[in-house]
Amino acid sequence: MALKIVKGSIDRMFDKNLQDLVRGIRNHKEDEAKYISTCIDEIKQELKQDNIAVKANAVCKLTYLQMLGYDVSWAAFNIVEVMSSSKFTYKRIGYLAASQCFHENTDVIMLTTNQIRKDLSSPNQYDTGVALTGLSCFVTPDLARDLANDIMTLMSHTKPYIRKKAVLIMYKVFLKYPESLRPAFPRLKEKLEDPDPGVQSAAVNVICELARRNPKNYLSLAPLFFKLMTSSTNNWVLIKIIKLFGALTPLEPRLGKKLIEPLTNLIHSTSAMSLLYECVNTVIAGQYSCSVGRIKSHLLCVQKLRILIEDSDQNLKYLGLLAMSKILKTHPKSVQSHKDLILQCLDDKDESIRLRALDLLYGMVSKKNLMEIVKKLMIHVDKAEGTTYRDELLTKIIDICSQSNYQYITNFEWYISILVELTRLEGTRHGHLIASQMLDVAIRVKAIRVFAVAQMATLLDNAHLLTGNMQRNGICEVLYAAAWICGEFSEHLENPVQTLEAMLRPKVATLPGHIQAVYVQNAAKLFATILKNQEGNTDSTAAQETSQMMIDRLPLFVQSANLEVQERASCILQLVKYIQKLQQKDVEVAEEVSALFAGELNPVAPKAQKKVPVPEGLDLDAWINEPPSESESEDEQPKAIFTKEEPKHSRPRHTEVDEKELARRREARKQEQANNPFYIKASPSSQKVYQEAPGVEHIPVVQIDLSVPLKVPGLPMSDQYVKLEEERRQKERAEKKKKEKKKRKEKRSGRGKKHDSGPESEEDITPAHVVDIVTEEMPEVAQEDQNHLPSPYLCRVKICICMFCLCRPLADSEKLPVRSHRAAGAPKSPAEDGEAENATPQEPKKKSSKEKRDKKKDKERDRKVRLRCWKHLPPSGHKSDSRSTPSEGRTAARRQLRRCNLMTQCFTFLVFPFSRKVCDIQGNLQDGSQVVVSVIFENKSDSFLKSMEFNVLDSLNSKLQRPEGSGPHDGLTVPFQLPPGVSNEARFVFTVQSIVMPQKLKGTLTFIVKNEDSSTHEKLDFKLHFTCTSYLITTPCYSDAFAKLLESGDLKSSSVRLEGVNMPFHHLLARICFHHHFSVVERINSCASMYSRSIQGHHVCLLVKTTVSIDAKCDEPTLLGNVLDEIKQTFSQC
Amino acid sequence: MRFMLLFSRQGKLRLQKWFTSMSEREKKKIIRDMTTMVLARQPRSCNFMQWKDLKIVYKRYASLYFCLGVESQENELLALEIIHRYVELLDKYFGNVCELDIIFNFEKAYFILDEFLMGGEIQETSKQIVNRSIEASDMLQETLEEYMSKPAF
Repeated sequence: MALKIVKGSIDRMFDKNLQDLVRGIRNHKEDEAKYISTCIDEIKQELKQDNIAVKANAVCKLTYLQMLGYDVSWAAFNIVEVMSSSKFTYKRIGYLAASQCFHENTDVIMLTTNQIRKDLSSPNQYDTGVALTGLSCFVTPDLARDLANDIMTLMSHTKPYIRKKAVLIMYKVFLKYPESLRPAFPRLKEKLEDPDPGVQSAAVNVICELARRNPKNYLSLAPLFFKLMTSSTNNWVLIKIIKLFGALTPLEPRLGKKLIEPLTNLIHSTSAMSLLYECVNTVIAGQYSCSVGRIKSHLLCVQKLRILIEDSDQNLKYLGLLAMSKILKTHPKSVQSHKDLILQCLDDKDESIRLRALDLLYGMVSKKNLMEIVKKLMIHVDKAEGTTYRDELLTKIIDICSQSNYQYITNFEWYISILVELTRLEGTRHGHLIASQMLDVAIRVKAIRVFAVAQMATLLDNAHLLTGNMQRNGICEVLYAAAWICGEFSEHLENPVQTLEAMLRPKVATLPGHIQAVYVQNAAKLFATILKNQEGNTDSTAAQETSQMMIDRLPLFVQSANLEVQERASCILQLVKYIQKLQQKDVEVAEEVSALFAGELNPVAPKAQKKVPVPEGLDLDAWINEPPSESESEDEQPKAIFTKEEPKHSRPRHTEVDEKELARRREARKQEQANNPFYIKASPSSQKVYQEAPGVEHIPVVQIDLSVPLKVPGLPMSDQYVKLEEERRQKERAEKKKKEKKKRKEKRSGRGKKHDSGPESEEDITPAHVVDIVTEEMPEVAQEDQNHLPSPYLCRVKICICMFCLCRPLADSEKLPVRSHRAAGAPKSPAEDGEAENATPQEPKKKSSKEKRDKKKDKERDRKVRLRCWKHLPPSGHKSDSRSTPSEGRTAARRQLRRCNLMTQCFTFLVFPFSRKVCDIQGNLQDGSQVVVSVIFENKSDSFLKSMEFNVLDSLNSKLQRPEGSGPHDGLTVPFQLPPGVSNEARFVFTVQSIVMPQKLKGTLTFIVKNEDSSTHEKLDFKLHFTCTSYLITTPCYSDAFAKLLESGDLKSSSVRLEGVNMPFHHLLARICFHHHFSVVERINSCASMYSRSIQGHHVCLLVKTTVSIDAKCDEPTLLGNVLDEIKQTFSQC
Repeated sequence: MRFMLLFSRQGKLRLQKWFTSMSEREKKKIIRDMTTMVLARQPRSCNFMQWKDLKIVYKRYASLYFCLGVESQENELLALEIIHRYVELLDKYFGNVCELDIIFNFEKAYFILDEFLMGGEIQETSKQIVNRSIEASDMLQETLEEYMSKPAF
C-alpha cells in the first residue's frame, strides 16, 4: 500500500500539470493539434491510474482542452470519480469539470445523484457550496426532482453562504421541476426578509425571474417589495425590484399610480445610470393610463432620454435611442419634437447607433417633414462607405416613403425622382426593391404616369450608366420596371420611337434573361402604340420603318439562350413580319395590334387570390408530379422578383445537414455523374488548379475611379422638389388665408367664433396634384378582408355589401362574353364593341325580388369571371411572369374585365358604426347611441352621376340624423358628384335607441345619370343591415378583470354549438375576433376566453372550446342571443 | 444571463461559462458568432449589440474581451457593471490581473466567477464577501495540498 502511494507521488513529479500543458500549447503554435493529441493520450494514461491526485490533475487539463474546443465527453465517468473524492481540492476540480462538460443528455449524471446529496449535507460549507454551484450548471429534471427537498432544507441553513446559493439554485430547480415551486415558495418568501443582504438579494433575483414568467402569482408580494424598494440602497437589488414592478403593473393599475412617486424620486436623485435607465424604462412601459402624474413623469423621462442621447458616451446614446423607440409606439408626438437630435445621430460613427436612429425615423415622418428627412437620408446614402449600411439606408428610405400606403407622400413626382436617384447606387442588392416601388407607384397613382413614363424612358436611354457590371449588379432590376412601365403606359411617351430604339439595342442582350424578356414583350407594346400614332398620318413610310426596325433588331433576341426571351422574341418577330406584309398592302392594322394589349391592368390586393374558392375536387396539396429525387442537381431557382418571400409560409427546411450527410450526398452525386454519359467531367488537372488557386480575396480588384459624378443626364434632382414643394405649400397657405379672411368677413355678421389659422397642421397639407391612389382591387367577397388594415380612427365594424346592377340587359349577361380575339381575325374593334354596349337602353328595370336574386347570381358569375381574369394579371406588378400566357387569352380576359365594368354599375356600401368614444378623445364619452355609416359610392358606369340623394326609411329604433329643419322623410344630399369610374365616401349618422336586436333599414338612393346627350333620373333601392356585431367594439380586457366580471354574477349565460366547423383553433379564434370584434383574453390549451363590449357598455364574454362550442355570458340576453346567432352564421358560411 | 465569454483580441477563447445547459454544437456556434461580431466592432462604438433574441454586452480590458449574453429584458448597463465587477474581483485576487494570469490559472478564474454569479444570477453584490469566501476555500485547498505533499511513508 505504502509503496503504491510512493509510486503515485513519484509519477506525479513527471506528470504535466495544467501550467505545463498551457505552456506546452503556447510553445507548439505550429503543430498545436498534434501536440494536443499526444497530451490527450497522456491524459488517458493518467486517468487509468488509481491515484486520485493524478486523476484530478488529468481532469483539470481536460477542462482546459474542452475550452479550446476538444471533445472530452469520453472522460465523463472520470469526472464523476474526481467529484466524489473526499478532498476539497479534487472535489472542486471535479465539479468544475462537470459544470463545464456535462449537459442534460450526459448519461453519467444519473450516477451523481447520491454523491451530490452527500455533498449537500456535508459539514463543510465549502463542500456544499461547490456542489450547489456545480449543480446550477448541469441540473436535469431528474436531479431537480430528487434533490429539491435537500436544497429546500438548505434554504434555512445556518450559514448565509449556503442559504444564498440554495435560494439561487431553487430557480433552476423550479424551471426543471415546476412541481417544487408550490412547497418551496413560502420559504422563498421568507428569504426576502433574511437578515443577510446577500440572501435577500438572491431571493429578490429569483422572484423577479419567476414573476417575469408569470406575474399574476406574485401580485400579493407587491407591498413587501414596495417596502424593500423604499428601504434598499443597493442599486443592483433596486434594479431587480423595479423590473419586477414593471412586470406587475400591467395587472394592477393602482400599483402604477403608487409607483410614480418613488420612481420619479429615483430618477431625480440617482447617480447610477443603470438605475436611472431602469426607472425610465419602467415608466415608459407603463404608459397606458392617462393621469396627470403619468404625463409629468413621462415628460421627465423624455427629458432624461434626451440628456442620455446628447451624452458623449456611446452606450448612453444607444440606450437613449432604444428607449425612445419604445415611447414612439405610444407617444409619437413627444418623440417627434426631438427630431433634430435623432437626425444628428445619423452622423454618428457607430453603426448600431445609426441603425437605432433610422428605426426611430420610420415613426417620425409626417407629410410635412418627409421630404426633408428623406433628403437628409439621401445625403447619407452618398456618404455611406459600407454597402451594408447603405443598403440598410436604401430600404429604410423606401420603407419610410411607402409606409401605410404612401400616406405621407404629397408629391409623387418627387418620390419617383428619389427612386431614380437611388438607381445610381453602385452595387446595391436592392435593385428589385426599387423596381417594385416604381411599378407600384406607376400602376396605382394614375396621375403620375406621364411623369413616370418620361423618367423611365430616360433611364432606358441611359441604361449603360446603370449597368457597369451586368450580371452581378442588382441594380439592373430597375430596368425591368422601366421597360414595363414604358411599355404598359406607352401612350404617355413623348418619343416612343426613340424609346423603342433604346429597348432594342444590342447591349440589352447582356442583361439577365428575365429582364430581356420584359424588354421584348414591352417593345411589342411600344410598337403597337407607335403604329397607332402613325396610322393617322397619310405617309405610311414611318410606320413601315418602325416595323423594319423591329424586324432588324429582334433576331438578336430570337437567338437568346434564355428560353423565355427566345420564345417571346420569335413570336413577336413573326407577328411583326405579318404586320409588315399587311402594311405593304395598305391595310390598317394599328387597331388590331393595339387590341392585343388593350385594357387596363388593375392592381389586385395580395389576399385576393385567397378569396377565390377552390373548385371542388381540386386538391392543391397533392403533387402533380412526384417531387424530384434528392440527388437531382439543385439548380438555383430563378428568383421571383416582386414577390416578397414570406418566411412564414416557407416550411423551415433543415438546412443544417451534418457533415456526414453532406459527404454521403456528395458521394452519391459523384456516382451518378460518373454513370451519366452526358455529364462532362472536369479534368483532374483543372480541379487541382482550382484548389491551389489562392482564395478569392487575393484576386486584385481594380477600383475604377470615376472622376465625373455619376449623374444620369436629363433626370431631375429630387432636391428641387423639396424647394418647389415648399413654395407650393406657402402659396397654398396664403390662398387659404385669403379664403379664410373672406369667410371670416362673411361670418363676422353671423357667428363670432372662428378658429385661428395657426401653424400649418398635418391635414392642411394637400397633395400637389390630385393623386388618386388606386387602392388595390379586391373581389367583393374579399371586401371585408380590408379590415386587416388597421384604420386609424374608425372602428370598422361591419361591412355589408349590397350590389345592384342597373342597366345590364339580361340577355347579354347570360352568355358571358368569351370571344377570343385574333390579330388577323374579324376586324371588329373594341371601340365599336364599347359603343354597342352603350347603345343598349339604360333603363333600370323594376326590380321584383326574384329578379334581384337572379341578378345577384349573375353578379356572382361575373365576379368569378373577373377573378379569373385577375389570376392572369400581375397584381401591381407582382408575378409578371404570368405574362407568358398567350396574349390572346390575355386580351380576352382584359376585354371581359372591361365589359363587366361597363355593364354593371355596382354600389358598394360599407357600414361602420363608431361611437365617439373611439375616435374623438375629448368628445362626450357617453354617447353610445350614435352609429356612423360610411358609404362608398362607386360609379362603374360610363356616365356621369350627379344630384345624388340618400334617404332611409326610419324605424322606431333607428333614425337617420338629418339637418335641423328638414322633415323626417327628406333625403340627404350626397355632397359630391361622381364622374365615371370614380368612387367617394360619404358618412351618415344614425341614432339608435336599442342595440340588442339586429335590424335592416330600407333606403333609396336617387341620382341623375348624365350621358353625352341625355340625362335620366334613376333610383336605387338598398338595405342597410345593422347587425348586433356591428355594435360591438373590440376592447382589450385583462384576465383578472375578466374573472371579476364573470364572478360578479350579473351576467346571463347562453351557449351555442358550431356544427361542421373544421378549422384550426387559432383560425377559429381569429375569425371570431375579426368578424365579431372580440379580443382574446386568455388562451389555455383547448379553450379560450374572449371579450367584447357594446357601444352602450354591455359586456360580452365568450368561452370558446376546441370542441367548437361557445359558452357565452352577457348582461343583456337578447343581445347575446343575436350575437351568437351571427357568429353561428359566420361559421355556417365558411 | 445566458453565458459569459472571455476571449483575446486574436479570438482565442480564454474562459466560457454557460448558465443554461446547451449542446456543444450550439456553444461552438455562439462562440464563433460572438468572437467575429465583437472583434469586428469599431473602436469607440457602444458596447451593446443585438444577436437573435439576446442582448450582447461586451467590454474590452487590455487585450481581453469580456462578453456577456443576456435576455432581452435585462438592463444593459447592469450587465456592463457585472462585467466590471468581475474584472475588479480578478484584479483583487491576482493583483493587477493580466491575460496570462487567466490563462495559467483558468480554474481560479472560474472559482471566482462561481462565487460572484450563479445560475445566471448575481449571487453576491459585495466585493468583500466574495473575496472572503474565495480566500476561505483556497485556504482549505492549500491545507489539503500541504497535507498531500507530506511524505506519506
